[in-house]
Amino acid sequence: MIDLVIDVLSWILLILGGSCVLIGGVGGLRLPNFYTRIHASSLTDTMGNILIFLGLMLQAGFTLATLKLFAVMLFLLLTGPTATYALANAALLSGIKPDTGSTNDDNTEESPK
Amino acid sequence: MIFIFAVFLLSLLVITAIAIVRTNNLFSAVMLTSIFSLLMAANFFILDAADVALTEAAIGAGVTTVIFLCALALTADRAKPNKERRKVAYGAVGILASLMIYATFDKPPLGDPDAPVHQHVAPWYIEKTPEYMDFPNIVTAVLSSFRGYDTLGEVFVVFAACIGVLFILGVPVPGNAKPAPMQQKKGLHHHLIPQVVGRLIIPFIVLFGLYTQFHGEYGPGGGFQAGAIIATGIILYALLEGESKALQAVPRRVLMGMVIGGALLFGGVGVICMLMGGNFLDYSVLAADPVWGRQLGIIIIEAGVGMTVCGALLSIFHAFASRERAS
Repeated sequence: MIDLVIDVLSWILLILGGSCVLIGGVGGLRLPNFYTRIHASSLTDTMGNILIFLGLMLQAGFTLATLKLFAVMLFLLLTGPTATYALANAALLSGIKPDTGSTNDDNTEESPK
Repeated sequence: MIFIFAVFLLSLLVITAIAIVRTNNLFSAVMLTSIFSLLMAANFFILDAADVALTEAAIGAGVTTVIFLCALALTADRAKPNKERRKVAYGAVGILASLMIYATFDKPPLGDPDAPVHQHVAPWYIEKTPEYMDFPNIVTAVLSSFRGYDTLGEVFVVFAACIGVLFILGVPVPGNAKPAPMQQKKGLHHHLIPQVVGRLIIPFIVLFGLYTQFHGEYGPGGGFQAGAIIATGIILYALLEGESKALQAVPRRVLMGMVIGGALLFGGVGVICMLMGGNFLDYSVLAADPVWGRQLGIIIIEAGVGMTVCGALLSIFHAFASRERAS
């Protein structure tokens, strides 16, 4: 019984985390300019990261793997937002203005597809 | 399930490769190369080659990207469009690709136990590793003992590559190297958050590198991976705090000493084996108990490999980074 509850809970967490990452991906493709795009991908990534790793930890149970998953989660929680911050800062320094309402920003022609 | 994932990753690889070729922006090309390496690492991991995946992730996605970016800082960030030779290039690539695809038809299916590669020496390695070395990671056993000559050659290749890059890019003249006030500004001095997080993380990166180094007999890892991971940690330090700070922490002399000392250590172990009555790189004579002798030899030569790789990557990085500063 308790196993089933844990399994269901972990799958709910995994699916929630997966949809977070998916929403972030859609936002990264669809939103109008650079800052909104990294906003979308960074916030959802952090949330998805927590949810997915909690789900995986529930799957792993009390093993060494859980400890490792926790360490990886901590690492990603520290580095992800920092990377986003560094990215936004670098963009600001290189002259991309966080203006509102503009639909295109000239300096950012990434998304090679 | 794993098959679908593998196909997904491989198609992403193809898409990334086409994007690398098509883009004119060298900066996005560098980033795409990094993504390519990361996808490749995931692919290696699916194929159960954790050691190679670790190397690919650390060197391909980590260190090379930074070195490419340093090189990019020295030149323009856009490629000149070159249309004339396009047709010849497309033709050559098309012919080569179809030849390679044709060659894969003869390849045995993936994981086929009857494939020639699984019939040659691999069963012998698998059978003899527990008896000869008494540790579980056969990759390390093959790399450092059964195929010790090859690894010695690889270490000398890394050594030679490092010397070559230093010859071409040059070490700065000592008189030129005094830090001017402008150079102090290098590094992200106004970026407090990355610095704080970096200070928190760098010790753990180096610690993980050491773990990879000394746990290589029991899990995925070894000298190549450890050297690359430690180099990444120090390069991160250089990016955050400025290159001169990193050179203060690990001076050029030390780096050169690591490159040369590592290669010497590897070769020296081989010579000591000969002096103690065995063949070159036959570690079993190093101790009274042959199994312990082999383990000892492997630990020493892995340390040599790690030193050389770490020193070489850092020297190459500094060669590019200081060049940027000079011009």
